[in-house]
Amino acid sequence: MSTTTTLPGLRAWLLTDTPASRAQAAWGRRYRIWRDFRANGVAMTGLVTIILLIAAALAAPLLATHNPDAQELTNRLATPSAAHWLGTDELGRDVYSRLLFGGRITLGMVVAVVLMVAPVGLAVGTIAGYLGGMTDRVMMRVTDIFLAFPRLILALAFVAAIHPGISSAIFAIALTAWPPYARLARAETLTIRGTDFIAAIRLTGATTPRIILRHVAPLCLGSLIVRVTLDMSSIILTAAALGFLGMGAQPPSPEWGAMIATARDYMLQQWWVPLMPGMAIFVASLAFNLLGDGLRDVLDPKQR
Amino acid sequence: MRHRLKALAAAAASVPITLFGLVLVTFLIGRVMPIDPVIAIVGDHAPPDVMARVRLELGLDRPLLVQFGIYLNHLLHGDLGRSVMTSHSVVHDIKQFFPATLELAIVAIFVATVIGIPLGVLAATRQGSRIDTVVRVFCLAGQSVPIFLLGLLCLVIFYVKLGWAPGTGREDVIFAGTIPPVTGLLTIDTLLAGDWDAFHDALAHLAQPAGVLAYFSMAYITRMTRAFMLDALAGEYVITARAKGLSAARVVWRHAFGNISVRLVTVLALTFAGLLEGAVVTETVFSWPGIGQYLTVSLLNADMNAVLGATLVIGISYLLLNLLADAAYTLMDPRVR
Amino acid sequence: MLVDIANLRVTFPTPRGPSAAVRGVSISLGAEKLGIVGESGSGKSLTARSILKLLPGNATLAADRLSFDGIDILAANERAMRAIRGKRAGLIMQDPKYSLNPVMTAGGQIAEAWRAHHKGSARQARDAAMDLLAQVQIRDPARVAQAYPHELSGGMGQRVMIAMMLAPDPELLIADEPTSALDATVQAEILRLMEDLVARRGMALILISHDLPLVSHFCDRVAVMYAGRIVEELRAGDLTRATHPYTRGLLDCLPALSHPQPRLKVLVRDAAWSA
Repeated sequence: MSTTTTLPGLRAWLLTDTPASRAQAAWGRRYRIWRDFRANGVAMTGLVTIILLIAAALAAPLLATHNPDAQELTNRLATPSAAHWLGTDELGRDVYSRLLFGGRITLGMVVAVVLMVAPVGLAVGTIAGYLGGMTDRVMMRVTDIFLAFPRLILALAFVAAIHPGISSAIFAIALTAWPPYARLARAETLTIRGTDFIAAIRLTGATTPRIILRHVAPLCLGSLIVRVTLDMSSIILTAAALGFLGMGAQPPSPEWGAMIATARDYMLQQWWVPLMPGMAIFVASLAFNLLGDGLRDVLDPKQR
Repeated sequence: MRHRLKALAAAAASVPITLFGLVLVTFLIGRVMPIDPVIAIVGDHAPPDVMARVRLELGLDRPLLVQFGIYLNHLLHGDLGRSVMTSHSVVHDIKQFFPATLELAIVAIFVATVIGIPLGVLAATRQGSRIDTVVRVFCLAGQSVPIFLLGLLCLVIFYVKLGWAPGTGREDVIFAGTIPPVTGLLTIDTLLAGDWDAFHDALAHLAQPAGVLAYFSMAYITRMTRAFMLDALAGEYVITARAKGLSAARVVWRHAFGNISVRLVTVLALTFAGLLEGAVVTETVFSWPGIGQYLTVSLLNADMNAVLGATLVIGISYLLLNLLADAAYTLMDPRVR
Repeated sequence: MLVDIANLRVTFPTPRGPSAAVRGVSISLGAEKLGIVGESGSGKSLTARSILKLLPGNATLAADRLSFDGIDILAANERAMRAIRGKRAGLIMQDPKYSLNPVMTAGGQIAEAWRAHHKGSARQARDAAMDLLAQVQIRDPARVAQAYPHELSGGMGQRVMIAMMLAPDPELLIADEPTSALDATVQAEILRLMEDLVARRGMALILISHDLPLVSHFCDRVAVMYAGRIVEELRAGDLTRATHPYTRGLLDCLPALSHPQPRLKVLVRDAAWSA
């Protein structure tokens, strides 16, 4: 059997109107979503870019042409050339190599923030939504207070209070990023709570924590994932803005925002030096926005 | 009407609680700060007895709760403390810097609205067309571009390369101190003073930072307008309007747009609030003497009273704009009862 | 002939190729009352809306002939269509809660329809709206004219909708399930009102419904649609002589006091009907 005959067979199996098993139905649904997604050129551009960015960050030591911290003071602020593909910065360091290693920091910060924020938001939202009453009111009031702050301002004040650096930047962004997730999870929980299957589970004697953990939370995950993807771009921008204002990653770290901050003094003459990390931030943030936008189109076509 | 006022009162009643939370959070941030406020005032080398006296004066030996009470009391009397950096009271500084931010934000939101809304409507009425795709990508780019990159690019292109725009700052040095401050909005003050050259100069300085902020807000406004319009255009009442034989323009603007205008007012209020945040970075790039730059400079100098004051002022503006968005919805939409 | 349709096709694009929702419908209509009956998705609404060219944006319309009072609808541009819509043919939809503009007053929406096709001042339009509201038997026209749609009951909303569509004096009224969203008692009132107005103004009527007995009681002629085709067309009085198994099946599902049955029949579908 050649692949040309098995592939249409697989496609037919996936696309059948009468799936024979639950797994077949689930895979068929996933395949349809993937097919819609693949047809969306804008979203595919985003996905491919993100994969390339992650690959470049992971393989930074292999791809880098120079040591990102090696200074070459005789060759400062050089224009892009064969030796330094994207030029050198104010200390003669290779911008291309620094961007690669900076990608690790930026993507790492995004992952760290999401890992902190999504579970907290999910927990607060589902617990408040499921328990209702006083718990709900107090938790949502606290959420509102955090929502009432402009995100960057709160993060700035917070970082200043601890001390500027990557870990406090991550913590500050996380502190400002969880409320929308809590609101979203709560809204989902409120609709799930009233359904008959939750009543049935309750009748079998399941405890409240078990219901929230095993039955409510998994159903909130879908919309949470779309939200996370769209949010990643704003996390990147906030992290970069903190770095730019001198409150995030500190020099000599090759974090993209911090790279712009140190190169700012040279922008009017050697404008390409701050431009390169700026473009890197733009590309990464745009890629996540394109992907999130496409995901929403596919998963929730009514909410364009 | 009475129902609406009641709903509005309920929304307004939640403001003090949120406000209290805001003050508490800023206070706590100020107190966990590793920098000793006493050293910040008297310096590292002051004699120990001076330090002890200042510590007592500031009430730093009292329990945290009492300190919060004192802070709250000062706040209610309009006292935000003294800025170490400017050696003025923080309230005085804010009065001086806030109008500059306001001027920037007003011009930006005006430009963003005037361009963004028609663009969003256009994209929605041509859903799936090339125009729509261009508008969508244009918006996504606006949401993805770091403001400081946009600002730097503007400066390089329009100031360095083309020489069309003046550099950073709010006015040329030759006009500094010549315009009596009335409103604090330089464009208006120069007009009031009848100084046309100064007015042109103020406008030219305003163009770049306002333009950058306008693009940032426009991306959001256009995107929301497009989404709301798609929603409205799918409504059955749009088919009714067409079945009546109305012109396409009337169907789109009177019927579909008429249904989303209130929701758009809400979006505009929220965008304006978001501008305050964007202003922090923009003002730093363009050395614009507004509240955002005041905040970042104070941060770098660990001038905690100034930081807390600026944070609080921005937080309160944000809160009031949110309330305004609620109010617009409650008062203007006939469906709310 | 007021409306003349031959071999009408409406198709929608889907990921698996075009899907036909209306597949070769031919029907014509004079100054009479025609009922189109069918289940959801049978293509009855699309057929009627094709006459006004008010189809969803992604639909493709094709026909051998599609004309309104001699005007070729297929060739007509948007401007020509606007002269027909409202002015010569009105459309009433299912639920006034969705089909009326929620942020315009009832009176404002009626006046707008009047002004779109009459020359007159705002004052005259307002008077015309009051008059129309009185014609659809609303007791307090002044109050209803000021009201927003969400402040009106379903029956009241549908009266406003009828008044709005009568405002430009059309020759044809298309009523797309005009009573399906209403309470049973209100349904009868609205139908009686429509019957009365249509008779008095000598209008033609296309009544779309899924309720076969109601339509046959109300119309002169009935067309039964199934899966995008007209499977049977007959005079309303001849309903008992229907021959198509689908029509027969529908009639057999109804309980009747004259023919008591121990167990009511259910509709058994035949794949050949939709072939």
